[in-house]
Amino acid sequence: MKNCEYQQIDPRTLTTPTATPTSTLPLASKNVQRQRRKWEVFPGRNRFFCDGRIIVARQSGVLPLTLGLILITSGLFFIFDCPFLVAHLTVCIPVIAGVLFVFVVFSLLHTSFTDPGILPRALPDEAADIEKQIDNSGSSTYRPPPRTKEILINDQVVKLKYCFTCKMFRPPRTSHCSLCDNCVERFDHHCPWVGNCVGKRNYRFFYTFIVSLSFLTSFIFGCVITHLTLRAQGGSGILNAVQQSPASIVELVVCFFSIWSILGLSGFHTYLAASNLTTNEDIKGSWSSKRGLEDYKNPYSYNNIFTNCCVVLCGPMPPSMIDRRGFLPPEDTPPIITAEQELPPFLSKNDTNMVGAPSRVTCRTSTCQSSKGSSQASPQLFPDQTLAILSFVMETAKLTDIFCHRSHRFMLPY
Amino acid sequence: MATEFHNLQELRHSASLANKVFIQRDYTEGTICRFQTKFPSELESRIERSLFEDTVKTLNNYYAEAEKIGGQSYLEGCLACTTAYLIFLCMETRYEKVLKKISRYIQEQNEKIYAPRGLLITDPIDRGMRVIEISIYEDRGSSGSSSGSSSTTSSSGR
Repeated sequence: MKNCEYQQIDPRTLTTPTATPTSTLPLASKNVQRQRRKWEVFPGRNRFFCDGRIIVARQSGVLPLTLGLILITSGLFFIFDCPFLVAHLTVCIPVIAGVLFVFVVFSLLHTSFTDPGILPRALPDEAADIEKQIDNSGSSTYRPPPRTKEILINDQVVKLKYCFTCKMFRPPRTSHCSLCDNCVERFDHHCPWVGNCVGKRNYRFFYTFIVSLSFLTSFIFGCVITHLTLRAQGGSGILNAVQQSPASIVELVVCFFSIWSILGLSGFHTYLAASNLTTNEDIKGSWSSKRGLEDYKNPYSYNNIFTNCCVVLCGPMPPSMIDRRGFLPPEDTPPIITAEQELPPFLSKNDTNMVGAPSRVTCRTSTCQSSKGSSQASPQLFPDQTLAILSFVMETAKLTDIFCHRSHRFMLPY
Repeated sequence: MATEFHNLQELRHSASLANKVFIQRDYTEGTICRFQTKFPSELESRIERSLFEDTVKTLNNYYAEAEKIGGQSYLEGCLACTTAYLIFLCMETRYEKVLKKISRYIQEQNEKIYAPRGLLITDPIDRGMRVIEISIYEDRGSSGSSSGSSSTTSSSGR
């Protein structure tokens, strides 16, 4: 046991020395002025709005259609059917429809704009450590055979697959979405109707969305039928009733075709929630009892429908791992290799998929270009010793900084 | 007690990041957040096993508390559902409160135990809750190599 004691640096006393080296570098001072947020260098195929508060998949194609259909159908219902029904029946009808409509829209927006449980990609050090544990004697250009790791979960053997894009062994129930190019925890499916993946963090929003939408479509369908029936019974006949209220036909058609699929989907996901399964596992038959003689049971199930539903839908809300609105640490430049440092074998490959490797940034602003230029200039200007000091200072100062920056994450849970 | 006392501020020119140790997740009880308590060999000469295990066990307990399924989490979930999840925009969830506690605990551990031994723990939330990253810093003046901490035991005075 080493008898040396290291006195921890007080980060506050060391902030001033760091100003001296940076002030001599005109390019680096530009970096200090504008701190970039992590969403700007996010490697997955996502789009961000409101300075990283909102995240959607790059292909959000059908989401406008979904929203449009809901808004138009509900709008027509409130404008053309509700006045008649309020006059002839009860005022509760638009109230109930209004509540359902609010639930549908908010849960849809939550599903679409929430981080589904994206796992950040492994940093070079972590990836190199994993590589060391796997015996790889191939050259850097040869892609090794798929790597798997077997673990025991509740006495059940589970295979963890290695993700070549994210450079890590995927945790159980995690899958890589090829559309978003992200590993998502408890991956259910990528839903084009909401324009996002459905995973651990937004499954409950998705479930609320489809259940409330099935109630809303059924309710509107029933109310429109009632409306037309009451009009027809008034003596004018069904054709006249339709002529008096043509919008009702539009609503009927939309609701009729939606009800089958939405109700079916709600039922299916209720079954999944009650069994603590994901769509991905169900489709692949991961825990199907038909697999040979071995008894493949779902190791994640609590063997109680009520408990499973509560856990899946009402469990603790996990945090977002990608910290979109956090600031990039100032040392987030391509790793500077000193003579003493051993280059991890990974860095010789094209590490364009690593988080924090600004050389690969899908540039959306011109500031990306300027920061790329300055980061390439800095290794030649910093002496080794100052660099070593800075890197240690940043590590220890990070403790305080991260705590302050984390307040962004905690105030805005997405 | 300490025979040698290095002031890091004086020896900054010789500090270097020698190695990083990654404590992986323990999935034996499912997908709940839990880290392996196996003591890595790279830390054998740097820190007592009991201190390391205490840290990891305390972290595991914190995560278990955050992910605990019980009355409070159900209440929070049901309340959120009834408000169409708008409550998440204004309220801090229990998980987030526990994560703040974890940040404070790791900072305290770093200050009191790990930094004096030339180690630094990174909060798992910064690594996607996949690993606990422990950075090992070496005093270049005593070791002259970055191949591992074990080589320093022969060169430094005991």
